[in-house]
Amino acid sequence: SWRFFFLSFRKIYTILKNSLLIIQTKSKKTLARPNVKNIVLVEGVRTPFLLSGTTYSDLMPHDLARAALQGLLHRTAIPKDVVDYIIYGTVIQEVKTSNVAREAALGAGFSDKIPSHTVTMACISSNQAMTSAVGLIAAGQCDAVVAGGVEFMSDVPIRHSRKMRKTMLSLNKAKTLGQRLSLLGSIRLAHLSPELPAVAEFSTSETMGHSADRLAAAFGVSRVEQDEFALRSHSLAKKAQDAGLLQDVISFKVPGRDIVSQDNGIRPSSMEQMAKLKPAFIKPHGTVTAANSSFLTDGASAVLIMSEEKALAMGYKPKAYLRDFVYVSQDPKDQLLLGPTYGTPKVLERAGLTMSDIDVFEFHEAFAGQIMANLKAMDSDWFAQTYMGRKSKVGTPPMDKFNLWGGSLSLGHPFGATGCRLVTTVAHRLQKEGGQYGLVAACAAGGQVSDTHVQHSLVVPAMIAFCTYAKHLYEL
Amino acid sequence: MAGVRAAGVFSRFANSKYSLLSGHASRSLSVSSSVAARTHVSYELKDDVAVIRLNDPTSKVNTLSVQMQAELTEVMGEVWSNGAVKSAVFISTKPGCFIAGADINMIQACKSSEEVTSLSREGQKMFEKIEKSPIPIVAAINGSCLGGGLEFAIACQYRVATKSRKTILGTPEVMLGLLPGAGGTQRLPKMVGLPGAFDMMLTGRNIRADKAKKMGLVHQLVDPLGPGLKPAEERTIEYLEEVAVGVAKGIANKKVSLTKEKGFMQKLQDTVMGLGPVRKQIYKTVSDKVQKQTKGLYPAPVKIIESIQAGVEQGGEAGYVAEATNFGKLAMTSESRALIGLYQGQVICKKNHYGTPEKEVKKLAILGAGLMGAGIAQVSVDKGLTTILKDTAVDGISRGEQQVYKGLNDKVKKKALTSFARDTILSNLSAQLDYSSFKSADMVIEAVFEDINIKHKVLKEVEAVIPPHCIFASNTSALPIKDIAAASKRPEKVIGMHYFSPVDKMQLLEIITTDKTSKDTTASAVSVGLKQGKIIIVVGDGPGFYTTRCLAPMLAEAVRVLQEGVGPKRLDALTTSFGFPVGAATLADEVGIDVAAHVAEDLGKAFGSRFGGGNVDVLKTMVEKGFKGRKSGKGCYIYGKGKKDKSVNPDAEEILKKYKLAAHPAISTDSDIQYRLVSRFVNEAVLCLQENILRNPVEGDIGAVFGLGFPPCLGGPFRFVDSFGAERLVGIMKRFEDIYGNQFTPCQLLLDHAKNPSKKFHK
Repeated sequence: SWRFFFLSFRKIYTILKNSLLIIQTKSKKTLARPNVKNIVLVEGVRTPFLLSGTTYSDLMPHDLARAALQGLLHRTAIPKDVVDYIIYGTVIQEVKTSNVAREAALGAGFSDKIPSHTVTMACISSNQAMTSAVGLIAAGQCDAVVAGGVEFMSDVPIRHSRKMRKTMLSLNKAKTLGQRLSLLGSIRLAHLSPELPAVAEFSTSETMGHSADRLAAAFGVSRVEQDEFALRSHSLAKKAQDAGLLQDVISFKVPGRDIVSQDNGIRPSSMEQMAKLKPAFIKPHGTVTAANSSFLTDGASAVLIMSEEKALAMGYKPKAYLRDFVYVSQDPKDQLLLGPTYGTPKVLERAGLTMSDIDVFEFHEAFAGQIMANLKAMDSDWFAQTYMGRKSKVGTPPMDKFNLWGGSLSLGHPFGATGCRLVTTVAHRLQKEGGQYGLVAACAAGGQVSDTHVQHSLVVPAMIAFCTYAKHLYEL
Repeated sequence: MAGVRAAGVFSRFANSKYSLLSGHASRSLSVSSSVAARTHVSYELKDDVAVIRLNDPTSKVNTLSVQMQAELTEVMGEVWSNGAVKSAVFISTKPGCFIAGADINMIQACKSSEEVTSLSREGQKMFEKIEKSPIPIVAAINGSCLGGGLEFAIACQYRVATKSRKTILGTPEVMLGLLPGAGGTQRLPKMVGLPGAFDMMLTGRNIRADKAKKMGLVHQLVDPLGPGLKPAEERTIEYLEEVAVGVAKGIANKKVSLTKEKGFMQKLQDTVMGLGPVRKQIYKTVSDKVQKQTKGLYPAPVKIIESIQAGVEQGGEAGYVAEATNFGKLAMTSESRALIGLYQGQVICKKNHYGTPEKEVKKLAILGAGLMGAGIAQVSVDKGLTTILKDTAVDGISRGEQQVYKGLNDKVKKKALTSFARDTILSNLSAQLDYSSFKSADMVIEAVFEDINIKHKVLKEVEAVIPPHCIFASNTSALPIKDIAAASKRPEKVIGMHYFSPVDKMQLLEIITTDKTSKDTTASAVSVGLKQGKIIIVVGDGPGFYTTRCLAPMLAEAVRVLQEGVGPKRLDALTTSFGFPVGAATLADEVGIDVAAHVAEDLGKAFGSRFGGGNVDVLKTMVEKGFKGRKSGKGCYIYGKGKKDKSVNPDAEEILKKYKLAAHPAISTDSDIQYRLVSRFVNEAVLCLQENILRNPVEGDIGAVFGLGFPPCLGGPFRFVDSFGAERLVGIMKRFEDIYGNQFTPCQLLLDHAKNPSKKFHK
């Protein structure tokens, strides 16, 4: 189940103030719907995304989430007790802080009266956090919700084997020394082999990289195409970073280390150098390599979502309307990473828009091969007719509107945190580029809708399960 | 009933899904057709790689038919003479099949072993040319690569295979009483080592791609792809080709090495195998094992060992000669004919000859969660049938559900299934105590206690809740279906479906139709059976139908033999040495002494003294004492958990002493005892054909072998009569008839065949 959501952006003032940009105000229709509350994105921030095992390596996940929350507090200056609810998304859970939302909120100084919960939906966990927030506001439960996501791959829970765990638990219950000794005596070498968290689909036992390589092969995506796309992502990210466009990044003083204020995974290389790498998953003939895949990343993000009424009453200038969202899901074996292809037309149809109405696209880049495969699927009448029950192809997003500030391949992909980054980026790009509608897609989960008769709205579709994308659509 | 666990070579035959041979009639090849454009083999150049594509347009599978071979030779000639070609790739464009084997019709058309030998020599030469090709050749394998297909692939320099479930490699010739006759016995030992080669060729088992890679049979694996811009399988074959072309180029420009770095274990094994005495010991061990398992009844394994040994010990040429000569000899044996007949019969019995049912059965309800009921559920849920398992007690459904779970979980343990797939499959099963949701059932199979009153009771209960189109099938082993249908409001919807225990292992399903059963009902039952993976015979109604009716007189004779003082162990030895996979005493224990007593009594009443012999009271007394066979832990033998050697039950021997009969020395030699047992079985089978219970001898043979374990090397009772000679059999029976009377009176059809030796059941 994919869900999309529309962010509707309120941009009037910012655009007018920005004298450097000449923006053609478009006169597209509003996505406001009668009797549906307008829900807005007030602000979005994130910690710098770092390669796992670098500067963040001694932290814990809630430390990162805390930093993002504090950054959001700082940016918005929102009184801590105005927030009604806090939701965080995460994938690999630290057992000690399984409700990481609550631990981070308390640590960030939020009132202990604010309830918090944690959601998980693979790579679209924070999309799920955002759409849950939209749901709470739409239902009249809340007026201001903080949603976010965090992932910390520098440390993951590695468990004892099931046999060992069983022995240890029995040991707890053993009453006599004899019982204890006999349990200890039953420990064999096999008990000691640890259990790593699976990076594989539970249902198919296939790893993501392996699946992406097969997907690329199924759509005939070549190694060169993948390397080119990865290079594009890194080059665009570098440009955006140098131009100071990544305004959502906050500085973070890591205890015992320096202040971190930039993503550290952006590394534009050359086609020649990338061609030298061996395939990482399918050997020897595979095409997915370390250079054309997203890397293991530490990072956290946070957004403030409010009802439009409340935001305006508090004097905020919201960045976008969240208009609609859609979650879809497919066969986890062969269509694992094809979520964006399925979700995009669905959310567009819900909004009554076509691909050409969208000004800004942000798709999550899990693997270059997976993005290219989705683009080919969207461009295929046969695929649309055979697998999607459509009359004709979905159509592809134009590349001059697509991930122009880099993507997960270059900026990094902390699983639980990526969704908020995508939505915030769409809002910022719409502002910068003067667009009206934006769309987010991710192979993993979530999206939401809100609408006003203001000018920007954002569609945020997101997709589910180890494969989905969030899409957002802006209305200007 | 018949709880037979077929063992040895036969069970592998029964469980394999290979198709070594095309099921098609031989294609006539006129001169004009061979002159005409090529239809089976085509090729194109991709840069400097010749991609040679195989596809037999006349069949579902590719075989090494005369036409295929001729075109291959022609194409290879062109490829080799083209200086621009630096390497080649062989690939099949047929989904799910590389080459499924040699064309059996070519072998069957031969009149003498010399002819077959020369066929083999030609095959050897063709593959030798490929092996010695001046340019590297890559075999790109997707789907079945069996028999001659495998021999072809291993003659190539490199093999790439898809990791698809359909990709299987193997040398199933032994199951047809043959050997790999195109260099297989010579190349395989070099490729996978002596022990691996013996294992492959003597068992004929299918090897999946990942295992083949581990064994060194293939060099590289390619993952099957999901849907892309083309259907999944089409794109997978294309991808396989792309990878193979890449490898071919790599070999040609020396970027890909053909010699694999050997691991320590491999080197060690090679060193050990280099020692003459070690090899000698291996030959001996393998030969002893083969002798023990086949009791000398199957010549093929012996010839396979001989051929391998000749090659390894005396060098290539001697090996090739031995292989071809032995191949020729084997092709002319009655055992090979019998096994090929079974294979072909099995192909026939895996088709629905009754048309497409009006309504496909999607929801199946089973009454009774016992061994049988749960067994039927087990083979249904994993085929996507929504299955209800109903019993009258919580204990019953709990046990039944556990059986289904265990069957699937054992597959998980063997890695044949993922735990996720197991759970998904189990979601098709609903175990319940009431008739809820029977209103949407398409078919009900009852597997309740064998008592006509209980059967009538459930039939009425079920008919009150099921929809009009729903079929009622009875899994009875002996009660006539028309008697059961007598209680039905709609007898045209009533049919018999006789499964064999254990249902997940035994491949046969005997479907019984009455005069009133509609053709559509039969079509539905066959369709469900095929879905469940069964080999199906459709027989007429009558006490014991076909299978039980054949088995009953043989078991009656077995009881008499026991009463005459032949112990269970000797009785078992006599039957297994005749070729039965399970001895008669063990068989009785497997079937259940209570079931045997029940059947003996029922059929005794129906058929009178012809079904006499042993005293039914022997069985009844055993049942009274609780000796019901394996299921109760005691029968003719005592069964303990984990005990491999079963010991004779002394209390059962006491009972036999009580009912002791004097043996007649004139007909009590080992051979006489064997023929007393077998002739009653065979005579009853022929009588079933005479009385139209059986539609044809093919189904008779298939039913006897797959359901009752009739010796596969004899090919079934009808083929046995053909090869043994009806006259000779009648002669033997007359001797027994003189002493025991009508139990050994040959039936009219058998007498007709005895009188006219040109009459054969199989052409």
